[in-house]
Amino acid sequence: MSEGLVWLGTPAFPQAAKKALADTQLRRNLGKATGTIRDKRLRVCAELDDWEQLRDSAAALKLRTLRHLPRYLEQLEASVTAAGGTVHWAADAAEANRIVAELVKATGEREVVKVKSMATQEIGLNEALAAEGITAHETDLAELIVQLADDRPSHILVPAIHRNRAEIREIFRSRMPDAPADLTDEPRALAEAARLHLREKFLRAKVAVSGANFAVAETGTVLVVESEGNGRMCLTLPDTLITVMGIEKVVPTFADLEVFLQLLPRSATGERMNPYTSAWTGVHAADGPSTFHLVLLDNGRTATLTDQVGRQALGCIRCSACLNVCPVYERVGGHAYGSVYPGPIGAILTPQLAGVGHAASLPFASTLCGACYDACPVKINIPEVLVHLRAKEVDAKRGRRTPTVESLLMRAATEVLASPERLRLAQKAGALGGRLVGRGGRIGPLPGPFHAWSDTRDLPVPPAESFRAWWQRTHPEENDR
Amino acid sequence: MRVALFITCFNDTLFPETGKAVVRLLERLGHQVDFPLGQTCCGQPQFNTGYRPEARPLVRRFAEAFAGYDAVVTPSGSCAAMVREHHPLLAADDPGLRRAVAQVAPKVHELSEFLVDVLGVTDVGAYYPHRVTYHPTCHSLRMLRVGERPLRLLRAVKGIELVELPAAEECCGFGGTFAVKNPDVSAAMLADKMRHVLDSRAEVLTAGDNSCLLHIGGGLGRLRTGVRTVHLAEILAATEGEAR
Ligand code: SF4
Repeated sequence: MSEGLVWLGTPAFPQAAKKALADTQLRRNLGKATGTIRDKRLRVCAELDDWEQLRDSAAALKLRTLRHLPRYLEQLEASVTAAGGTVHWAADAAEANRIVAELVKATGEREVVKVKSMATQEIGLNEALAAEGITAHETDLAELIVQLADDRPSHILVPAIHRNRAEIREIFRSRMPDAPADLTDEPRALAEAARLHLREKFLRAKVAVSGANFAVAETGTVLVVESEGNGRMCLTLPDTLITVMGIEKVVPTFADLEVFLQLLPRSATGERMNPYTSAWTGVHAADGPSTFHLVLLDNGRTATLTDQVGRQALGCIRCSACLNVCPVYERVGGHAYGSVYPGPIGAILTPQLAGVGHAASLPFASTLCGACYDACPVKINIPEVLVHLRAKEVDAKRGRRTPTVESLLMRAATEVLASPERLRLAQKAGALGGRLVGRGGRIGPLPGPFHAWSDTRDLPVPPAESFRAWWQRTHPEENDR
Repeated sequence: MRVALFITCFNDTLFPETGKAVVRLLERLGHQVDFPLGQTCCGQPQFNTGYRPEARPLVRRFAEAFAGYDAVVTPSGSCAAMVREHHPLLAADDPGLRRAVAQVAPKVHELSEFLVDVLGVTDVGAYYPHRVTYHPTCHSLRMLRVGERPLRLLRAVKGIELVELPAAEECCGFGGTFAVKNPDVSAAMLADKMRHVLDSRAEVLTAGDNSCLLHIGGGLGRLRTGVRTVHLAEILAATEGEAR
């Protein structure tokens, strides 16, 4: 496991999921939230008659950019520098955290305000800054809830999706010193309490840290897309702005944004247009921050890029549509994935960015139902990558001295299935065995390794005569073929 | 037209009635079918679980068994998808196999595709006097895009009362080895699917894949709900004369 990605130290997916499933409140919260957002997304995506073409364009643009990534990154560096910004390259999380901490310390400040950002979550920046004596204040409402509760985000876009209003009220009342004593769980009241709490931070902050949704190679323009306006406060009020951005976020030209800015809000929140889209190019006298630093983060991305099938995961625009349609995510929530990238995209991105380790169970955390692929605005073929990563995982274990039970079973199955005659014999044996354990045509709970299935489901007893045997009996004239 | 049946290892072994129904149905529609005895399995369990070298001999066996037919019909959406989508990928490194797969794979049709697109029928002359709901399995729905075809076939069945399945397009939680590797999530998904089936008030749940029906039917059976699971082929093969 690489040190680059924040790992929550959860057990493998099946165990983490089991725990999450026991939390009925969590399941209710998630079912309700994802259901609502799913319906909204479907409605607004259907409004555009060129939706499918837009998806195709986005996929093509992302793949082309990834193929020529070094060129676009160098172009981006040149245009950001020309516009008065400073570019830093970070190979991994530790390097990125060190760069940001040093930049903050150079300003003499001990506090930063933060725009919601997956990249800084990925590298554990807040914790790294804390270790250097610097306090990072999250300003996105949901991130604030998560930070106050000492919790972990469980969704890319709605980090506190696993919490309901009543729980949020409790968190504010017990953890937010300036929360009103008579706070109710009305969304408006909760938002107002957060606004007052944050206002004081915005006015004081001299340094802000953000991520980036896009960066334009041609112009050096960096964009943050958000819906509360708190991000914009961070991006405009402080003197120093530090942006940490995954290298895959670059797009070649300003015109390319046209495609993504149509796809993103509809896929993400089911909105037609994004409420706050902030774009800045370097620095300007008497307008916005006077110092701008862009940290380009690799952290496993170059390695991912070398995988022809897996690299499409880098096209992700973090809309979270795949999470909201995923039946697995809906039932277990984000924490079970043990990574800042949960759900279907997490199941393919995390193992690639982090390398193997705990993440080995993630490519198997899907039924391959394909709902994520249908929903993805950049047409990332998530099932294809899942199966590809499964093969890599299985191949990595082949060299072991003691083979896994599963590999023995799979090999035995191929042995049987490679020959029709062996299959016929196996069918006869199976029919006999089934007859011994079955009652009333069904097989009930079984012991040992079969209990996982038979705990909740009956199995049919194999019939005495297979189709093959029936065919040979009833079509004797064809048997010699 | 030389039509071959691909009955899939799963149906062959556990659900022979489905295969027999396909034979009855196609013969009733005036078509002669072959069952090439060299066939075994499409390799889907191996492929989807990450065992590609284990799947390859089965791809070869499939291409050999079905070479030379004009059409191959199978009562399984996921196996049809496996052959059409993934056999070419598994054969990519072997020019001979690649050619053989390219010959056979495009001719493989799931049953509803075969009836509607190849034979051009929607009314197959079936009679099935039961209240039925249809579960569109994920691979039929999103890989094969069979769309309305199964429903058009079902609507033409005499005596049937077709009722809507709430949240029909949601996965039942089977997913092959997923049900074994992630039994708790699988069971949670199954629980919701069963709730929707019961809400539909259907007596019979049908689908184009016995693997999903095995999973859902296994759950419904354990709860003694009385709802039966019946493969689409068996409904389409049923006639007044042999009404059950
Ligand atoms: S993988 Fe696709 S659907 Fe999922 S978050 Fe990324 S862009 Fe959105």
